[in-house]
Amino acid sequence: MSTVAEAANASPPVDLSAQFQPTLYHTVESGEGVALDLRDFNLWYGSAQALFSVDMAIQKGMVTALIGPSGCGKSTLLRSLNRMNDLIDELRISGEVIVGGENIYRSGVDVIALRKRMGMVFQKPNPFAMSIFDNVVYPLRVDGVTNRAVLEETCERALRSSALWNEAKDRLKESALGLSGGQQQRLCIARAIASDPEVLLMDEPCSALDPIATAKIEELITELKGHYTIVIVTHNMQQAARVSENTAFMYLGRLIEYGDTKEIFVNPKLGQTRDYVTGRFG
Amino acid sequence: MSLAVRPLARQAVEDRPEQKGRSVRVFSADISATGEPWLWALGGALALGIILIAGFLALIFWNGVTTFWPKPIEVVTLQGGTLVAGEPFRAGVYRPDAGIIAKLSSEQQAFVEENGGFAQRTLYRTANFDIYGDDFRWVSDYEVAKVDYPRDFYLFERQEWGNFVGRIKGVIIDNQPQEYVADVMARAQREARDRFNEIRSIERGDIGRINHRLEQERLSIRRAELRYGPAAPETLAATERAVARIAELNAEFTVHQKRIADIRGIDQRNRVVLEEVGGRTKETELSQIVRYYPSNAVTTPDKIGIYFSRWGEFLSSEPREANTQGGVLPAIFGTVAMTLIMVVIVAPFGVITALYLREYAKQGRLVSMVRISVNNLAGVPSIVYGVFGLGFFCYTLGITIDQLFYPERLPNPTFGTGGILWASLTLALLTVPVVIVASEEALAAVPRSMREGSLACGASKWQTIRYVVLPKALPGIMTGMILAMARGAGEVAPLMLVGVVKLAPALPIDGFAPFVHLERSFMHLGFHIFDVGFQSRNSEAGKPMVFVTTLLLLALIVLMNSSAIYVRNRLKRKYATGHF
Repeated sequence: MSTVAEAANASPPVDLSAQFQPTLYHTVESGEGVALDLRDFNLWYGSAQALFSVDMAIQKGMVTALIGPSGCGKSTLLRSLNRMNDLIDELRISGEVIVGGENIYRSGVDVIALRKRMGMVFQKPNPFAMSIFDNVVYPLRVDGVTNRAVLEETCERALRSSALWNEAKDRLKESALGLSGGQQQRLCIARAIASDPEVLLMDEPCSALDPIATAKIEELITELKGHYTIVIVTHNMQQAARVSENTAFMYLGRLIEYGDTKEIFVNPKLGQTRDYVTGRFG
Repeated sequence: MSLAVRPLARQAVEDRPEQKGRSVRVFSADISATGEPWLWALGGALALGIILIAGFLALIFWNGVTTFWPKPIEVVTLQGGTLVAGEPFRAGVYRPDAGIIAKLSSEQQAFVEENGGFAQRTLYRTANFDIYGDDFRWVSDYEVAKVDYPRDFYLFERQEWGNFVGRIKGVIIDNQPQEYVADVMARAQREARDRFNEIRSIERGDIGRINHRLEQERLSIRRAELRYGPAAPETLAATERAVARIAELNAEFTVHQKRIADIRGIDQRNRVVLEEVGGRTKETELSQIVRYYPSNAVTTPDKIGIYFSRWGEFLSSEPREANTQGGVLPAIFGTVAMTLIMVVIVAPFGVITALYLREYAKQGRLVSMVRISVNNLAGVPSIVYGVFGLGFFCYTLGITIDQLFYPERLPNPTFGTGGILWASLTLALLTVPVVIVASEEALAAVPRSMREGSLACGASKWQTIRYVVLPKALPGIMTGMILAMARGAGEVAPLMLVGVVKLAPALPIDGFAPFVHLERSFMHLGFHIFDVGFQSRNSEAGKPMVFVTTLLLLALIVLMNSSAIYVRNRLKRKYATGHF
């Protein structure tokens, strides 16, 4: 306890909010091979602005990590990509999110169809109170697929992709709630990829898991990239460094630095980014 | 205080050299700081509550369970030589009036004096209402000369007039007076009872059917009149057809009447001559005797047999003797049917309302007001619901239905009066707040993460509710339903206005189309308790039945609730391992 306090005294935390200048440094550009493109995206919860003019091009088939201190808007940004924020009353946005050449916030967009194109994995494993099988094929069932063979094939494929098949193949009819935390999270990944989405959104998928389960999920992310565009929010800098190709550092609702992961961690261009990735604050 | 105590305690240890070296720490705290007195008060309150409930249940259980056990007949010889025979019913100490004491003999006065002006008295169930004009008699201890338990005294349970206590003087079989022989009498009585049941089944079955068809024919004439006008040729033709059929039915009716008359004739030739303790005799047809046994001579196995046969009669037959004897089958049926109909009505209503309030309505002032109103509805006195049910369901809805669909029966009401449907609707209204509140809580308890998980899979809001939220909330909703059921099954006051009656042997479900008669009035165990205990001519005789019926009602509610809980647990498991 005391050592932490001493360390804090030795190098006082940098108060960025006082001297905050939105100096931005982005090396990832819009153009070919972009899966999701945010353009001047602003978001307000009531009168409080949570995202400030975010411009971000997320590249197809790559893993993009969102890092930053708590409350910086990482999750909000992630949830804006599949319009999960729509559930919140008094939400306002401006700007565009382009997916496949189309602004998903344009009026008349089918939100349900949009969500089907984006699988999502949450911070805490949230399997439904159904069997493992029913959990995995849930996205297909809500699509109205009833063909047993299709469902079974999808289930196996998704579970194999999420490296859960060997553990779960004999207990597909059992409740998903009987799985361990790590298995539940992999089940949620299987569910997210069952309907073969284009993008996989992961909101701190390992924060509720132990190191071994975390390692498995990271391995899985590495295997899945290429097939899917993955956007992952994480508090764990090592994780971001291990799994991602691009990293975006966010602070106080702004996208501060966004570029190649190695660059961000080894040679950050901005002082704030360096302070954060070296653990001086956050 | 703790700081003051600790050094003193150390001091005490140091004073005793043999304890030195052992480290003794004294932990103490102010008594108010530990909260101990509050703990005692809480524990005491809980204990008091448990004792009250357990005592209440024990009282009902004991009184209910012992009622049907055969009791001995005491024959008391009073000092004046008068004989009193009956089952001792209850006893107590009392202080006789000065006026009564003044009329007593000097020895009796001395006896009362000796007891400090108090006397012990016993209430005997003397039965023989048709002879004495009363069922009970108090006997004070100072009057008693001696008490006997004669083995030739019988208790007769009769179809009419209640019990009879006395001796058997003789049996008349086929108009031939005979000496009483136990076997002969027993066989004759069984045969007589069979005849009695046969008559009843003819009345219920064949004659009931004929009456039903006669009614249909009469209604068909009336319907034709309403439709075509009284003088129209169609009406005349319909009338002609109906009259022909009515004549046929009447002929059939006469045949059955004849059969009944024949059986009655046999009944009248088989009688038993009974003699009460004072020597007055009474001739009764054997078919009128439900059960008889020599109270002081029956063995324990026989007593057990009588006990269970009484329970069997109680559970499976109709009431007799102004509900104070016989069974409560129609009341059991009515209670269960009404509760089930109520659940069927209240479940969708409550759950749909809760779903809308919780999932779809914009949470604002209006929804808060609706919620407060729903909660307040639960506090409205139930009789008010009864008044509303009578005014709205019976008189407004019911009379409209009658005018639209049953014009031929007017002015006799069909739905325009109390009935099981209206009673169930009234109770559904009464219990719907419970279901709404419980369902809302169950829905609110479904974690947000599950909804998000489902929505992120591309499920619509409705699909999310249908496949994820509702299954998860179902056990909680069922709990609300169980609470509503318990409340509804035990409610009496509103029912008195909307369809419960003292005696309704016609069940709401029978063999005549359309088989389910929701317009019929019905019997209810709760009302039966009220009626037997407080509305009958012989409330003393009804008292044990109050306990038995209460026990039965409690058992029924426990049974219905436990089956609902069983279903709930099954559902819990089903949705935990889950199908779609």
